[in-house]
Amino acid sequence: MAGVKAKHQRLTLTLLAIVAVVGATLLAMSALKDQAAYFYTPGDVVKDGVPMGKAIRLGGMVVDHSIVHAPDGVTIDFKVTDGSDTVPVQFKGIVPDLFREKSGVVAEGRFVSSTLFLADTILAKHDENYMPPQMAGKMHESASLDTSAKTKALQ
Amino acid sequence: MIAEFGLAALWLAAALSALQLALGWMALRPGGEALMPSVRPIALAQALLTALAFGALILCFARTDLSVALVVENSASAKPMMYKIAGTWGNHEGSMLLWVTILGLAGGAVAILERRLPERTLIATLAAQAAIALGFFAFLLFASNPFARLALPPLDGNGLNPLLQDPGLAFHPPTLYIGYVGLSVAFSFAVGALVTRDVGPAFARAMRPWVLGAWIFLTLGITAGSYWAYYELGWGGWWFWDPVENASLMPWLAATALLHSVTVLATRDGLRAWTVMLAVVAFSMSMIGTFLVRSGILTSVHAFAIDPKRGTFILGLLVVYIGGALALFALRVSTVKEGSQFDPVSREGALVANNLLLSAVLGIVFTGTLYPLFVEATTGEKLSVGHPYFDKTAGPLALLLVAIMVAGPLMRWRRDEIAAVVQRIALPVLVTAIALLALILFVPGIRVLPLLGLMLAIGVGAGSVAPLWKRNLRRTPLFTYGMVISHLGIAVALAGMACESAFTKETLVAAAPGAVEIVGPYQVKFAAIDPIAGPNWTAIEATLVATRPGRAAITLHPQARMFAQPPTETSETAIATLWDGQLYTVLGKDDESGRWQLRLWWKPFVTLIWAGGALVAIGGALALLGRLRRELFPRGRPTGFLAT
Amino acid sequence: MKTVRIILWLPLIAFVVFVGFVAAGLIKPDDMTHPSKLVGQPLPEFSLPASQQGKPGLATADLRDGKPHLVNIFASWCVPCAAEAPQLDQLAQAGVDVVGIAVRDRPDDTADFLQRYGDPYKRLGADDRSQVQLALGSSGVPESFIVDGKGIIRQQHIGDIRPEELPAILSTVQEAK
Repeated sequence: MAGVKAKHQRLTLTLLAIVAVVGATLLAMSALKDQAAYFYTPGDVVKDGVPMGKAIRLGGMVVDHSIVHAPDGVTIDFKVTDGSDTVPVQFKGIVPDLFREKSGVVAEGRFVSSTLFLADTILAKHDENYMPPQMAGKMHESASLDTSAKTKALQ
Repeated sequence: MIAEFGLAALWLAAALSALQLALGWMALRPGGEALMPSVRPIALAQALLTALAFGALILCFARTDLSVALVVENSASAKPMMYKIAGTWGNHEGSMLLWVTILGLAGGAVAILERRLPERTLIATLAAQAAIALGFFAFLLFASNPFARLALPPLDGNGLNPLLQDPGLAFHPPTLYIGYVGLSVAFSFAVGALVTRDVGPAFARAMRPWVLGAWIFLTLGITAGSYWAYYELGWGGWWFWDPVENASLMPWLAATALLHSVTVLATRDGLRAWTVMLAVVAFSMSMIGTFLVRSGILTSVHAFAIDPKRGTFILGLLVVYIGGALALFALRVSTVKEGSQFDPVSREGALVANNLLLSAVLGIVFTGTLYPLFVEATTGEKLSVGHPYFDKTAGPLALLLVAIMVAGPLMRWRRDEIAAVVQRIALPVLVTAIALLALILFVPGIRVLPLLGLMLAIGVGAGSVAPLWKRNLRRTPLFTYGMVISHLGIAVALAGMACESAFTKETLVAAAPGAVEIVGPYQVKFAAIDPIAGPNWTAIEATLVATRPGRAAITLHPQARMFAQPPTETSETAIATLWDGQLYTVLGKDDESGRWQLRLWWKPFVTLIWAGGALVAIGGALALLGRLRRELFPRGRPTGFLAT
Repeated sequence: MKTVRIILWLPLIAFVVFVGFVAAGLIKPDDMTHPSKLVGQPLPEFSLPASQQGKPGLATADLRDGKPHLVNIFASWCVPCAAEAPQLDQLAQAGVDVVGIAVRDRPDDTADFLQRYGDPYKRLGADDRSQVQLALGSSGVPESFIVDGKGIIRQQHIGDIRPEELPAILSTVQEAK
């Protein structure tokens, strides 16, 4: 039995391995369709429609004088713009130090209504260790975690 | 002078590695046997010279030699000595030099220690090792020279990023690098065995300690990295599925699979081609990890600086090594004889299932990590992949893997009876069932994934010690203890993860001094807020007093810190560790009316995550010790189905 | 066993596909640089106190004096800023009005920096909290803005000015007149 089975076992194992890896990749791809967070600008939201309930990243500039602190001291409302369109955002949590009006921001979260984006993470688009491409790596190579640039919100 | 000396040593070592490759190549050709004895000494000399070069760089850092560009960028004369030395590898150039130093030392160790492998296979292995080293030497010398001088030495250096002035982080990169390099040795063994078509138990036994050692260090590195992110970032999480974290997880997954398949090859002479393939994949994953981190093509919270030239260089190395090895695999492996057979129901069968599941998880992590890149290359759209994806896909597979872990060690090699296996796993299964029942009864409303996790953790905890059942504990080999402890560590870590996910309590408020907040079982009094100053920072510090009925009060001091050089703001979490969990506190901003944002977490049994990780590594160390002892002082082979 | 042979090449094929995508990702210019939205727009209103004694600070009005200026954003703690210092000196010698904004810097450190690497600045404002830097749409140091005589931003230069880039910058400054 060993002779016939020998070839079969190797082939079976090979096929099993391929099935496992291909299966995993297919599973991954199908899950990615629902779970990947796409990047939107306010303009994209207006143009493509509100991706209601889907986890996305919203990027743009914080509109001047738009930050409003709620009485609870931990919730803020502000508006994000890309120059043409504007989206209202609400965030509950500790904002990064570099988060301020008229500066870049990326908010991770979802639209809970067509007029409100609920952010659970705020990334301020400014990096002290930012390096221009020519110099980057050459001068400032360090595993710096830009802690100040991102904060998590109440889950 | 020291810098020039180091650079000269580096060039010499590079030349020696080229010589080692050429001599190895010629020795393997017909009639080249006479050259064989020269390869080992060259490997040794290369190891020595690389170590000298690295020593020279450490000396430059220790003396704060400000004419060396790298020192200026990453050090300052006022830094404590420990961080001066850690600064040597806290940067790109130094860390790559550390990489080749470990690589060289590993090559030297193979040259000295390895005596059982057929000489031809060993020479091929050393030649492969030299080829890897040569590529990295070229990378260092042409794209990231650590010894470059400055024409105009400044008065003082720029310091080290304050976040890096942390003992955990000082030793984190070397730990991972040792792991990566260990996998490169496994890779060289695999290439050597393919070249000489000598894939068998001797090859597996020679490779196993390296895989085991690499795996221990990767486990430690990942565990330490996870804890570092947990306390340093202040987000309360212990794993963020960040590309840099995934880059260290992927080699670990591959190494774990390799560790299990190499055991089949060493013990039963099965899974030959698969083991060789895994060795190639494991090293590919560490190279790809290095590449992803260093080239910066994936953006990450771990903001490494980026250099496309370096990325291209590493990609080139990747193509040569991995592409070459895969081509060699495709050409050669069909001429490698098939190993011995086994029944689907057997220890081998369980290990194959383990390998398939690990490969699937690896595929999922790999796909998720690279998907943003793939989408951007094809459609130009930007996206990110995080927790929801990995939890949904890798989570269930990992739980299945853990379930198999109970049965595997209780099965016999070659063939086993299902009825007998069922009988052996009856007790762990019973424990699992009781755990499930208890959890449903006493913890209503628990989510499915934590429920399954906690249930399995309890069952696997019981199952992992089952292999010791009814055995003479004094005669049980050390590596069996190692396996038991590693498996137990997985159960412990899983329990920690499930508890953290199911029972964490969080409070986020704006509070004025004097206020009392409640988080979990604790009453936290916001006692005071004061400005304080450290050696190179100033901070606002809160004083929190946490009380709980029947326990001593705990005082915590979370801070918001400002560093001067370079200017950075960080928030220092304050964490109190208790036997049943951690109280985790973060100080936020003031609202300009006297209130401060406070973020408090009560995380029951969260420490089990890292305790489990440490147990896994300890188990690995015991197994390595046991294997080495047996290899060095062989005694009679043990009998019984548990002997491996 | 032909099928098996083909299967053996699958890992290599998968790897080649992977390398292809990654190489495509590498070749594509990354957007680590954040170009300011203000290029072609008038400068935002700001007024910075002097960073050094004996040297005036910087305000928007100073940049509307009919002459083009090069506004250089730098800090003493920034290594590439030191690397671009000789180029700034050359620009100043060529008659360009170079003015500076020192970001998040202590005056003493700035003074050391100027002494060590040269001082091309006609005016030097201290931007202790990066507010003006952010208002200009700059996301890092060093960056330079070429501003014409009416206070309109003509060009943003991200990163250090390299010797080979001097002619282009000089001609932009000439055009801005």
